[in-house]
Amino acid sequence: MSAPLIKVDDLSIAYASEEGPLQALRHATLEARAGEAIGIVGESGCGKSTLASALINLLARNAKVTSGGVMFDGRDILSVSDEEKRRLRGRHIAMIFQDPMTSFNPVLTIGEQLVDFQDQREGLSKSEKRQQAAAMLKRVGISDPVRCLDRYVHELSGGMRQRAAIAAALLMAPQVLVADEPTTALDVTMEAQIIHLLRELRRDYNGAIVIVTHHLGVVGELCDRVYVMYAGEVVEEGSTDDVYHQPRHPYTQALIACDPANLHEQTPVLPTIPGRLPDLVNPPMGCSFAARCARAHERCRNEAPDYVEVGPRHWARCHEALS
Amino acid sequence: MLSYAIKRIGLAVLIIFVVMLAMYAMVFLVPGDPASLALGPRATPELKHELMVRMGLDQPIYVQVWNFFRNALTGDLGYDVWSKRPVTDMIAEVFPNTLFLGAVAMSIALIAGIGLGCLAVVWQGRTIDRVLAVLSVSMISIPSFVVAIYLLLVFAVWLGWFPAIGAGEAGDWGSQFRAVVLPAAAIAITWVGYLARLVRASMLEVMAANHVRTARAFGLTQAKIVLRYALRVAIVPVVAIVAVGFGSILSSAVFVETVFSRPGIGTLITSAVQKRDFPVVMGCVLFMTAFYLTVVTLADLLMAKLDPRVRDTLRG
Amino acid sequence: MASGKRNVWRALLAEPLGVMGGAIVLTFVIMALFAPWLAPYDPLKIDVMHKFSNPSLAHWAGTDQLGRDLLSRIIYGARTALGVAITATGIAGLAGILLGLVAGYGPRWLDSLLILCFDSMTSLPMIMFALAVITVLGPSTATLILVIILVSIPGYARFIRAQTLSLTRSDFIMAEQAMNASNARIILRHLLPNVVGQLLVVLSMDIPVVIMLEAGLSYLSLGVKPPTPSWGNILYDGYVSLRQSPGMVIVAGIPLILATLGFTFLGEALRDALDPRLQLRTLT
Repeated sequence: MSAPLIKVDDLSIAYASEEGPLQALRHATLEARAGEAIGIVGESGCGKSTLASALINLLARNAKVTSGGVMFDGRDILSVSDEEKRRLRGRHIAMIFQDPMTSFNPVLTIGEQLVDFQDQREGLSKSEKRQQAAAMLKRVGISDPVRCLDRYVHELSGGMRQRAAIAAALLMAPQVLVADEPTTALDVTMEAQIIHLLRELRRDYNGAIVIVTHHLGVVGELCDRVYVMYAGEVVEEGSTDDVYHQPRHPYTQALIACDPANLHEQTPVLPTIPGRLPDLVNPPMGCSFAARCARAHERCRNEAPDYVEVGPRHWARCHEALS
Repeated sequence: MLSYAIKRIGLAVLIIFVVMLAMYAMVFLVPGDPASLALGPRATPELKHELMVRMGLDQPIYVQVWNFFRNALTGDLGYDVWSKRPVTDMIAEVFPNTLFLGAVAMSIALIAGIGLGCLAVVWQGRTIDRVLAVLSVSMISIPSFVVAIYLLLVFAVWLGWFPAIGAGEAGDWGSQFRAVVLPAAAIAITWVGYLARLVRASMLEVMAANHVRTARAFGLTQAKIVLRYALRVAIVPVVAIVAVGFGSILSSAVFVETVFSRPGIGTLITSAVQKRDFPVVMGCVLFMTAFYLTVVTLADLLMAKLDPRVRDTLRG
Repeated sequence: MASGKRNVWRALLAEPLGVMGGAIVLTFVIMALFAPWLAPYDPLKIDVMHKFSNPSLAHWAGTDQLGRDLLSRIIYGARTALGVAITATGIAGLAGILLGLVAGYGPRWLDSLLILCFDSMTSLPMIMFALAVITVLGPSTATLILVIILVSIPGYARFIRAQTLSLTRSDFIMAEQAMNASNARIILRHLLPNVVGQLLVVLSMDIPVVIMLEAGLSYLSLGVKPPTPSWGNILYDGYVSLRQSPGMVIVAGIPLILATLGFTFLGEALRDALDPRLQLRTLT
């Protein structure tokens, strides 16, 4: 098996807050290989956005790395110089943003921005960069790319904006592509189109794709492997098939059971997971999910479970995982 | 874009008309008349009548208004009551000075204001930022003519670095620049703090915006981000404020010119009011209103050019 | 409601600038009210023997070109400044409320006409308008007050009109109208209590502007007529005698600067204290 392109190694990140450091990410580990698409799922507050920010190296000012790092190209990209970080962004690791409407500059045309984003590419003239941009816009399914180049973001439809965002990320042929909630801002029809587009682009793209979302369905459609996150920890990982059909962590099981897509009969009340997220300023001693787990017992509350292998390349963080 | 421009200009013209109408109406609603006021209690009826004729106030109001506008369009704004000089000539003679003063003051305020605003963003939270916050509120509240008098006292009378009177010799740029420094500084000082604060607030809002994060995520240099992704967006509200502030700068110019005995529209209109010289006052008011409205309209159009979103909200 | 008011006071006192502003304003208000008792001399008393004297124990601020005590003139000047400011702002505020209500509630044509008038008045730099009116009416304190009133009305009227318009469209007003509540009742019970706070802020922010305008016009000898003391007049006297007694100008400028700063700080603190978003913060 080839070496991973990018590897998150025992990464812990805390945000400074009034009550104390908020541990948003706790000893998270994941890896993505060339040609692979991995998904990171979890509810709001699970730490996936922090993880996405860490991958792209755009952590907030009050974020502090308390352990581990992100390994890319043989070094920890979180601890290199600011100038090095800048050089990595866009060129080697690129992001597809969540809300393209506000992610593009409102007073510059799409074309002007796509040319700007190619700043790190040397040797190309401005018109050549424009051509590249037009070609990429066409590749993502925009029918009249030249006209689109001269448009402002508020003049485009929602679907076109998202396509433009994808085109922007792919422009520099990065080795790692991070998609942060790529379909959350879209309606169902557009979501289907974008998923279709991403699947198609995968065929030509040789790098690693990381999709961060709360939407199980999107990960199911696009990803080879999935990481399930809860309260800042990775609680389960494996191939999408294994995790979706044979979930071993109670949280994953509950998530899948609650997904409306999985409901087969009419029900007056949508199922939910009872309870609330644990306090991340003072995380619990034992298993993070113990307070909400139907199968929790004494050991779960006192002893943090190990990450155990429950199948071929399938891991779960639970005392009961193997039973 | 064109229809928007036409609408704005049409509105401006209408407003000028209304203002002039109101002023003429005032003359008739008031007991006593400008001629008597100008001449004082010892005016004889003949003298009064002659002055009324000269001021053009003996005609019915609609004739007066019609005449005034017809003449104004051809560049004739009436005649000075005392010297019989055409008002247009008097304005043309002094307006360049006022314009120069306003332009220099505006430039100083903008350069210093935008510069300090950007620096405040970089040094956010530190002492300098907080000092600037207090200063900006204070300075805009202080009357510019008080600042002008103090500057005059310190730099012209005590230190003698700059002239206390006048606008310099015609054709001699050096003396003209030396003469404009203190008056322009007086006006600019009150504005710098306010502009800096405005730029700072606008920049902070923009720097936290998503599109700046995107630009960072694509590895653009800090310089490019600040200039093209932050400032370009943040400057739009500043343009709006500056356009409106221009009126305030003109008002300040009236006082500051008087302090420095500097020939300009300000001194012209002030002495005219003191002498009750009705045609000169009317001419100046009409001219300044037209000028101010032009500036505001141009600023509106500039805003529409800078921010394409403005254009579209108006089309719909 | 009581707790709301308490929060406003607490927020107000928390701002050091606001407290300072309030103290300054209070000082000037006391000066204005109690001028006859506070002033050591008659401000109009001429004593040419002692003209242009420097600050001394007899005359804390010195004397002017006619030997009049400057401190007394400044104290009475406060009376002029605040008197004009409060009178003019008060009347303008009332007129503005009325006109704003008329514009908001009345027929559309009246509203359009009023808006055109307001736009015309604000498209002129204030000072030009003031000078034009003064030319016609002749300079005097009354003219000055009238001018300030005319210049201030559009701001208040527009504000009230906007509030009225948004209120007439709001659901709970339509419900009231459906229940046949009279317009007067709606205005008194719903509109005015809501806007009082913001109106107060706008008014208090206007007072420094009015003080500046009065001082400026008096400085140009177009405002308050001498020998009545006004900070603007005193500045003019000082300006004319700049070479002989530079101190006069310094002394005259200080109260003007302090007054405008004080009112501005107070106004800003008031605005921050009444900001509903901040109120929410102190409540939780």
